[in-house]
Amino acid sequence: MSAAAEFKGVSCTFVSRDDPGQRYTAVHDVSFRVDVGEFVSVVGPTGCGKSTLLNVAAGLLEPSSGAITIFGSPLIGINRRAGYMFQAEALLPWRTARENVLAGLEFRGFPLKGAGDLADEWLRRVGLGGFGDRYLHQMSGGMRKRTSMAQTLILDPDIILMDEPFSALDIQTRQLMENELLSLWQAKQKAVLFITHDLDEAIAMSDRVLVMSAGPESHPIGEFVVDLPRPRDVAEIRTDPRFIRLHSDIWAVLREEVLKGYAQQMSAVA
Amino acid sequence: MRGIRLRVAQLAVFVGLLLFWFFMTEPGLIPTFYFSNPDKAAFFFGQPLKVFEVIMDWIISGSIYKHLVITLFETLMAFVIGTLSGLAIGLWLALSPGAAAILDPYIKALNSMPRVILAPIFAVWFGLGVWSKVALGVTLVFFIVFFNVYQGVREVSPTLLANARMLGAERSGLLRFVYLPSAMSWVFSSLHTSVGLAFVGAVVGEYLGSAAGVGYLILQAEGTFDINTVFAGILVLTLFALALDGAVTLFEKHFMRWQPRSSETEKL
Repeated sequence: MSAAAEFKGVSCTFVSRDDPGQRYTAVHDVSFRVDVGEFVSVVGPTGCGKSTLLNVAAGLLEPSSGAITIFGSPLIGINRRAGYMFQAEALLPWRTARENVLAGLEFRGFPLKGAGDLADEWLRRVGLGGFGDRYLHQMSGGMRKRTSMAQTLILDPDIILMDEPFSALDIQTRQLMENELLSLWQAKQKAVLFITHDLDEAIAMSDRVLVMSAGPESHPIGEFVVDLPRPRDVAEIRTDPRFIRLHSDIWAVLREEVLKGYAQQMSAVA
Repeated sequence: MRGIRLRVAQLAVFVGLLLFWFFMTEPGLIPTFYFSNPDKAAFFFGQPLKVFEVIMDWIISGSIYKHLVITLFETLMAFVIGTLSGLAIGLWLALSPGAAAILDPYIKALNSMPRVILAPIFAVWFGLGVWSKVALGVTLVFFIVFFNVYQGVREVSPTLLANARMLGAERSGLLRFVYLPSAMSWVFSSLHTSVGLAFVGAVVGEYLGSAAGVGYLILQAEGTFDINTVFAGILVLTLFALALDGAVTLFEKHFMRWQPRSSETEKL
């Protein structure tokens, strides 16, 4: 299989704007690849630079050293083949759900008529068929996330980047959306790079789980292949004995890093 | 209190004020207690009945409409020119921090200057016609819009920008689809203030020297100590301002649908 995205020794060092002497290396020497049609999750303690990696893959952030290749060619500027679903609210509040979903097509200069039809189709696909004319403040958190998902996927990106997309949702909505994402992904077989702090979610969704060490200078410290059968139901699979074994294996690696990250945060506060 | 009872109470306050005005100024109705002469109160404060007579006369003869149209024209022109220039320069400075840093002290100075004082200069530059009033209104409106646009562009969330870029927006696309709508939402939220200031610019400009407009009517009446006409002019201006404000509210309701109002619930 060919790599959809490949990180080669990527490091990101941030320099404080107020005090150029203050440096913070979020990720250090990260190398891994996401193959075409593969669902890869990255887990790690808070503040370990998971989002930094996604921003590098999206082309929003240039690594301090190292490189990233997209389908074999080095990435310069915005990654046009990637769709990015952000953790924070990223919908345009002055647009309705439908206008948000077709935003990408509009930005790229597609004819509005065809874009509208496609947007309606995607709204139906994410279960928002009758809610296209709602504004952001008239939608629940789950509806906004569905809109975001449709907004990202309507452009049919070859690489889907997701930054804890469902972390703000309640558990039932979350499982529904996870299953929806899985069925959409399975139909298209795109490369997915999925960031989460939730180990259950990572195992239930992915082909491969990457564990990052606690920051600073975070780097991958473990890689686990999830050989659970597909199609999966994220709620049911949690009781599968293989799921439980994988969970305890990964947690054994992750646990120490989480404690380290926690201790660092506490000392930073104190 | 709501509905009819509220309206009745509001009307009662209006009638009460008119009655108070009437009783205090009608010569010979109550014994004088402050002025030496019973006609003096009417001379200084006007009389409600005579004020209404003047207004009715204006409306029936139709002489007021010409002045209202001119004041309205000045207000609208000041508003449009001030808003467009504020929008353009606000966007420019917000998106080029270098220029903003250079011009910052000058903008602060211009904004803190009492700009009404520019009226005589504008009269010299643009004559006593409508354009000197428009110019005064523009200086008032410009800064309101400018600061709102500047703020609106600066406060666009980085996530929103990153998302728009990932969705394929280039620099011009960001301007059109993200910065401009965000800035416009701030402009709309200051619409009441900027329309009000355009109106202030027009009227003050007329009052300081003109040949037409409601401000001119007031100026003329004041010159002949015709206090009733002065009050009539003020009342007409007030009604006019209320009507403008009402129009802005309607406009706002249409264009700001996407903004949540406090305690709004969806009616299904």
